[in-house]
Amino acid sequence: MRAWYHARTVGQKQAVWAWIFLALPLFFFIAIRLFPTGYTTYVSLTDWNLLRPKNFIGAANYLRLWNDPIFWQVFWNTFKYLLIGMPISLVLSFLVAYYLDQVRFLQGTIRALYFIPFLTTAAAMAWVWRWFYQPVPIGIFNLILVDLGFSQQPFLRSTSQALGSILAPAIWAGLGFQVVIFLAGLRAIPETYYEAARIDGVGRWTILKEITLPLLRPTILFLVVVSSIGFLRIFDKVYNMTVDGKGGPLNTTRPLVLNIYQLAFTDYRMGYAAAQTMVLFLVLLAVTVVQLRALRTK
Amino acid sequence: MIFGFDPSRDPRKILIWTLVALGGLVMIMPFAFMISTSLKGRGEVYDLRLVPLAPTLENYTYLFRETKFVRWFLNSFSIASISTISVLFFDSLAGYVLCKYRFKGRQVVFVAILSTLMIPTEMLVIPWYVMSKNMGWLDTYWGIMFPGMITGFGVFLMKQFFETVPDALIDAARIDGLGEFRIFWEVALPLVTPALSALAIFTFLGSWTAFLWPLIVTNSSSNYTVPVGLASFSGEFSTEWNMIMTGAAVATIPTLVVFILLQKYIIRGVILSGVKG
Repeated sequence: MRAWYHARTVGQKQAVWAWIFLALPLFFFIAIRLFPTGYTTYVSLTDWNLLRPKNFIGAANYLRLWNDPIFWQVFWNTFKYLLIGMPISLVLSFLVAYYLDQVRFLQGTIRALYFIPFLTTAAAMAWVWRWFYQPVPIGIFNLILVDLGFSQQPFLRSTSQALGSILAPAIWAGLGFQVVIFLAGLRAIPETYYEAARIDGVGRWTILKEITLPLLRPTILFLVVVSSIGFLRIFDKVYNMTVDGKGGPLNTTRPLVLNIYQLAFTDYRMGYAAAQTMVLFLVLLAVTVVQLRALRTK
Repeated sequence: MIFGFDPSRDPRKILIWTLVALGGLVMIMPFAFMISTSLKGRGEVYDLRLVPLAPTLENYTYLFRETKFVRWFLNSFSIASISTISVLFFDSLAGYVLCKYRFKGRQVVFVAILSTLMIPTEMLVIPWYVMSKNMGWLDTYWGIMFPGMITGFGVFLMKQFFETVPDALIDAARIDGLGEFRIFWEVALPLVTPALSALAIFTFLGSWTAFLWPLIVTNSSSNYTVPVGLASFSGEFSTEWNMIMTGAAVATIPTLVVFILLQKYIIRGVILSGVKG
């Protein structure tokens, strides 16, 4: 063995070491990521429920979800989280970053205040917000409303308000990350651009529209994708803010991931759950591909 | 003055500063209410003032004595620590090899690892569950940990950072007769400590806050992690909000401490991995 090794060229020796070092990570990625991806794809074509052997049933699970009103409700809920949450969080975080960038005094400290919610345990913060939404005399939001002379709101108990009530902490938690990335993007714009514009007497609004926003395009695209993926995968907050983690009332807050969780690990309908994870995967893949396309065109 | 303005004389700047700072204070109000309520006795819960009239640690004493929070805390801490050590070692080793070695198949391996970044956890939990069931890993530490022992993100991050280590340095070490592993361990690795610290913080926090997989794989309450334990505990204590806030505070305070101590590294890490990745 040793004689064989010493007879190798430098390049061959390197290859030997490369494969030795990579062996375990590579085994891990194949066994824990790549093989399971194929396995889920296969399970999605079976009627497996953990109790009896799998039967191959072709596209039956996909046909079933196509005709399943709960699936469509859940699918639409998931997109509501995305379509409302993503624009609001991007506009808010851009506004904060844009103005914070102009501030010098205690800038780092203020940035930290915005960033802290991003790092904390989502499950814990969901309970804090759930408490905020309680009726008088427990919940602070209703106390404030009543103090100001408005009527109490049902928030999490209402089919029309619950989704927005869960979205608020989701936006709150992700805001700081976006502010930090936007700030970094803003600082990467050379000061000379602004100086030139100022010498030309260009107004603040025009500078924002003609210089800042176009130059931030890669940053904005990156954040659109990251926050879209975050909202499409929402789970912890809904699980902890709805009664028994069911995504109620009447499934109005239930997102795709929660539906998959319930199907797979409460009802053990593995085949049907797997088919729904495939849908989630394809949606996430589409979002990423669109980003790569958009980045390439510029 | 920077950019030629004097903050004491520019009313626009003062207004901006005030609004941005107020927004920042609003952002941390949930933490303030959480901690303040965790220090309030049963009688004071409905009093929403921020500074408790009679601060007490009785909620914490109760939580530590009568519930399994201490156990959950130790579970989460051990799992996060072991995962972090494993991720640091294997991700940097794989990143180093993919960056510094030239061999047939390198590109294929890199693309394979990179492609795993596209696969969401949600798609993998069913096979992981089946695997754990067959191997007897359900409801064990290893069952909670195994999916996160090596991460594609970390391999990618470390590969990027090893680009900053000059090849000449590695070649010199090789000529000096240093073994391949010792070149990695003693020459290259010390030069990428900023990346390692960022990766360590993210891995630890990611493991500490993880919810979906621990919820699926644990069964008996003594194996819960903090977030899963908190969810089940809060469901039971559903009306005792001071206890729930105490539990939430116990789950959150470690992340706040980590942030306050390592703020600089965390923000820098977010920017490096966010903007470049």
